[in-house]
Amino acid sequence: MQTFDLSKDGLRALNSSLHALKGQTNMTAWEVINPKGAHAIAAGLDAPVEITVRGSTGYYCAGMNKQASIFIKGSAGPGVAENMMSGKVVIDGDASQYAGATGRGGLLVIKGNASSRCGISMKGIEIVVHGNIGHMSCFMAQSGSVVVLGDAGEALGDSLYEARLFVRGNVKSLGADCIEKEMRPEHFALVEDLLRRGEADHKAKPEQFRRYGSARKLYNFNIDNAAAY
Amino acid sequence: MCGIVGLFLKDASLEPNLGAMLADMLVTMTDRGPDSAGIAIYSGAGEGRAKLTVQSAHPVRDFANLDADLKDAIGTPVLMLIKDTHAVLEVPVGQLEAARSALTHLRPTVKVMSAGEGIEIFKEVGLPKDVAARFGIAKMGGTHGIGHTRMATESAVTTMGAHPFSTGNDQCLVHNGSLSNHNGVRRELKRLGMTFETENDTEVGAAFISHKLQSGDTLGHALEATLTDLDGFFTFVVGTKNGFGVVRDPIACKPAVMAETDQYVAFGSEYRALVNLPGIETARVWEPEPATVYFWER
Repeated sequence: MQTFDLSKDGLRALNSSLHALKGQTNMTAWEVINPKGAHAIAAGLDAPVEITVRGSTGYYCAGMNKQASIFIKGSAGPGVAENMMSGKVVIDGDASQYAGATGRGGLLVIKGNASSRCGISMKGIEIVVHGNIGHMSCFMAQSGSVVVLGDAGEALGDSLYEARLFVRGNVKSLGADCIEKEMRPEHFALVEDLLRRGEADHKAKPEQFRRYGSARKLYNFNIDNAAAY
Repeated sequence: MCGIVGLFLKDASLEPNLGAMLADMLVTMTDRGPDSAGIAIYSGAGEGRAKLTVQSAHPVRDFANLDADLKDAIGTPVLMLIKDTHAVLEVPVGQLEAARSALTHLRPTVKVMSAGEGIEIFKEVGLPKDVAARFGIAKMGGTHGIGHTRMATESAVTTMGAHPFSTGNDQCLVHNGSLSNHNGVRRELKRLGMTFETENDTEVGAAFISHKLQSGDTLGHALEATLTDLDGFFTFVVGTKNGFGVVRDPIACKPAVMAETDQYVAFGSEYRALVNLPGIETARVWEPEPATVYFWER
């Protein structure tokens, strides 16, 4: 276990040590102490390592992550796991706005609440939120899946493409072109798998969720829909 | 960008450290806005005295004998404390307006930063650490305060364009964001008798709230009204004689984090600003909801 004291050694030293890990490495377990809300902690990693951050992080923690598993033992600031490619990010507390934005792969687990714009423009990432998500979440979400055990805020899935959204609680309002859809057997299986991998299978069951997806009416310009653009 | 901090103390034993805590929070936010910085600190309200905090580009000339000149004009002794480009003039509460009006004749170029029983505002162009040092903020005590470090968007980088803005006695406001209908709202408020020092959008937000309070609204109602009448991006933190309020616009893209313990309520643009506060590890930390008004009053 490598322990890195961010208040002593600084962010650049941490991230350059982590960026130097390429492919297989025997230094697989890292612990970051005193994060104190610093920006860009463990951003841009590309190695199968495990990082545990003991505290709360600021902007863009675990951004662009590839392969690494990053555990945040606190809350995360804006843009956590933004543009994640693969690997896993697990947050014990809450996540601020645009968690998992534009993510292309990997799994993001938020054990508290996520605020606005969670999963905005996501392109393949999987997101499991144990609590609620804020307004404008999954705006223009292209692919991937989101499972929310709590409630969703206003305008869920506005201008949605092909991402699959599953919400257990109330949805304050659906965005343009986002509609409720039938839960078919493959969706129950998908939610079951995500609940298990998102450490939430003891909290919820797949049959408690409703599915939301794109009505596919905004894909191409149609003069009859002008008011909805 | 811009960085905002705020601290409302519930535990009186922390009051001597208010300035030091607030200055530390603001310095942490320096990289959110390096143009100018300012702090409003509330202390001593309800003791029968009032304070006029004034600023001059030529403090040596303008502050020379200002206390004596004011005393001659209003007929009561005036206590003057000069801090760099600012001076705090202390008078009996009943003489505050007389002192303010005498000042406009005695020193026409001097600007009033704040007036009221508790409030003192210090603001200048420069980095938070330099501004805090120039005014000795770390040595100041008080009950609550707010601070701002600015990345200018809507108007010039000047002392008067720095935050906090005060548009009513014991009232002030700091802002992260930009208002888009400020010219229209300013015209309307001018018609209703409000006066403005700058072309700045935030001053309009401050005057909007001051006008509501003058019309008898509560702080809570005044903050609610910003959600319907002001257009644009805003996270506002507002100070009054007794309290401290927070409101974010419905889109809420300007960041905000709050923390509460038995000892204080704290606000920061980022969690980083709060990390040195006592007991932060066990504080309730949350992100204020969009279009939701929060306020604390003693």
